[in-house]
Amino acid sequence: MIEYSIPLSMAGAGKILLVTGVKGGFGLQRRLADMGLTPGAKVMVLSGCHPGPLLIDIRGSRLGLGFGVAQKIMVKEATNA
Amino acid sequence: MPKNQIVVALAGNPNSGKTTVFNNLTGARQHVGNWPGVTVEKKEGSCSYDGHEITVVDLPGVYSLTAYSPDEVVARNFIVDEKPDVVVDIVDATNLERNLYLAVQLMEMEVPFILALNMMDEVESRQYKIDTEAVSREMGVPVVQMTANRNKGTAELLSEVVRSAEQKPGAGNIRLEYGREVDREISRLMEALSGNDLARKYSPRWLAIKLIEGDSEIINKFELSSNNQSILKTREESLSYLKTIYGDDAETIIADARYGFISGLLKDALKKPALERVNISDKIDKFVINRWLGIPIFLLLMYGVFQFVFSVGTPFMDWIDGFFGWLGGYTSGISPDWLGSLVTDGILGGLGSVLIFIPNIFLLFIAISILEDSGYMARAAFVMDRLMHKIGLHGRSFIPMILGFGCNIPGIMACRTIENPKDRLTTILVNPFMLCGARLPIFVLLVGTFFPENQGLVLFSMYLLGIIVAILAALVFRKTILKGESSHFVMELPPYRLPTLFGIVIHMWERGRMFLVKAGTIIFGVVLAVWFLSSMPWGVEYASVDSWIGQIGSFIAPVFAPAGFGQWQASVSVLFGFLAKEVVVGTMGAIFGVEEGILGGAIAEQLGWTPLIALSFMVFCLLYVPCVAALGAIRGETKSWKWTGFAALYTTVVAWVLSVLVYQIGRLFVQ
Repeated sequence: MIEYSIPLSMAGAGKILLVTGVKGGFGLQRRLADMGLTPGAKVMVLSGCHPGPLLIDIRGSRLGLGFGVAQKIMVKEATNA
Repeated sequence: MPKNQIVVALAGNPNSGKTTVFNNLTGARQHVGNWPGVTVEKKEGSCSYDGHEITVVDLPGVYSLTAYSPDEVVARNFIVDEKPDVVVDIVDATNLERNLYLAVQLMEMEVPFILALNMMDEVESRQYKIDTEAVSREMGVPVVQMTANRNKGTAELLSEVVRSAEQKPGAGNIRLEYGREVDREISRLMEALSGNDLARKYSPRWLAIKLIEGDSEIINKFELSSNNQSILKTREESLSYLKTIYGDDAETIIADARYGFISGLLKDALKKPALERVNISDKIDKFVINRWLGIPIFLLLMYGVFQFVFSVGTPFMDWIDGFFGWLGGYTSGISPDWLGSLVTDGILGGLGSVLIFIPNIFLLFIAISILEDSGYMARAAFVMDRLMHKIGLHGRSFIPMILGFGCNIPGIMACRTIENPKDRLTTILVNPFMLCGARLPIFVLLVGTFFPENQGLVLFSMYLLGIIVAILAALVFRKTILKGESSHFVMELPPYRLPTLFGIVIHMWERGRMFLVKAGTIIFGVVLAVWFLSSMPWGVEYASVDSWIGQIGSFIAPVFAPAGFGQWQASVSVLFGFLAKEVVVGTMGAIFGVEEGILGGAIAEQLGWTPLIALSFMVFCLLYVPCVAALGAIRGETKSWKWTGFAALYTTVVAWVLSVLVYQIGRLFVQ
């Protein structure tokens, strides 16, 4: 059980995660919000491997994220999935 | 009173099936132009329904109307400035949560709109239950169900459009709540806005939301006039107040509230089966975007495209070739002699050499449309992201490169989806190295003549060389003149979908049409000019070195001598090829007065070309100056003559240096 936030890039596949924040500029936050990735949203890493892009499930759609972006998205494990 | 002229704007996320709906509504009655001032494609069509003449405008597919990218600005400005009678928001009903984000923004804009739930067949097969009544009630707009790729629901949509154009549903009758503090600041700003010019033109509430969101377009509008200082000041106060309360940026709070509204709505209106089947797209993606299989699968697909274009194309080519040969047999007998020469040498020789490749070009566009419409293109970008990262770009830059194989112009225009300006410029500058359909005639002709044993291999390596040069050039740009951090790769991977025949045909026609138009205009014109220059001065032997064209060619030929093709005929073809790349072959055809079937032989014989010279010539033609139309696209996208000039210059230098290298080094090995 992860209690503190870690970057999405390190979270590993198959777990339901909660977005806690985006450590990015204005532009990145806005762009991710448009695609459904806002603090509080649930995400799951479907596939991806260090240091390639990640495929995630966010609000029912599939999103490809570059490794650099994934490092800036902070998540924690959802407690009641 | 019945309204007979109705303007409808189609809005929706990319991959929501918006284009399919547009095609269903308008059929062949559509045309593509550009939005004034920007090169974002403007598609308009019309249809009539129940005595009403309906103009349908297809807005660019966007996820949001926050107006940060040119596409979003265009979509939003059309809605708020042109005030269409009704907006139709096309929604992928299998993914309501994300798709409704745009709908919520339309609610905020207080414009009349209809929600069209598309892909209802998939909704059913996934056993989702959507309570459309509830959606309609809670959003305050009419809801229509459709399955656009089976052309279901089109009539229902049209009848709703006609009804809504009169009743203007959804125009501000339901308001989102963003939380007490934000709502209070919105009211405060609305008060400050009362009596303002902009607030008369746009909904004051929407303006207030945009001001809090920090929308740069709207803020710029306010900054233009000095009367607005107090409003901007109020905004500053509101923002800092909200920041102290929430700790988050106001933009995030508002985005959150929108998703909150959607979640609440879907709690009532959407029922998913407890156990959802693993969807097919995810299964396919296990292979297609797999770390090890991804790139081999991509290469395999590219090879498949290549095979498709040439094996399916060959019978058509033979047929057209035969036709022109047969026609030439008759026209050479036309008297007077000069007219016979004009028709046979000039028109049939020149134009025929180009037209013969039209089937290949159309097949190429079919293949590209299938890659796009099936959803594979986004996967290619995903798979290539890691590689592209190494050259300082990201996966998204890969899509314009693939599109460039069809024609560089859509490739260059597709670069606008890349947000970072330096990434975008780099991707634009290297796009002309992609071997486009217009250059295909040159390669097929020469490969067939000089490399009969290894046609496929040599042609494929030309494609590869284009990619390699593009990648190296990008690498150099990112390390020198366009230095900077590469931006973020964020891209939706839409579910795989079976492309519809209708969609592919329309796509193919939209893009391929240009090649036909070109053949009938620029190329035809150049071919006539070449014939004329070859026949002048009066009485000269046709296309001899003493003809005008011979003189022009002889003048520039020395430049190309180090590359091996310093013959005036080759030089002048390259020169005219600047107008359109097909012209390289067209000019040769007109000079030698023969059409494609025997043109290669004529080149080998009369110019004394060896395979090495042909190779050097191909390398040059692959890389040198983008055609006029592509330069126009670069100018349109970069808004800079400086970069356009740079693109013309550096590509030509690269082409010259590489072809000289090929010839000079090659000469050491073969005599």
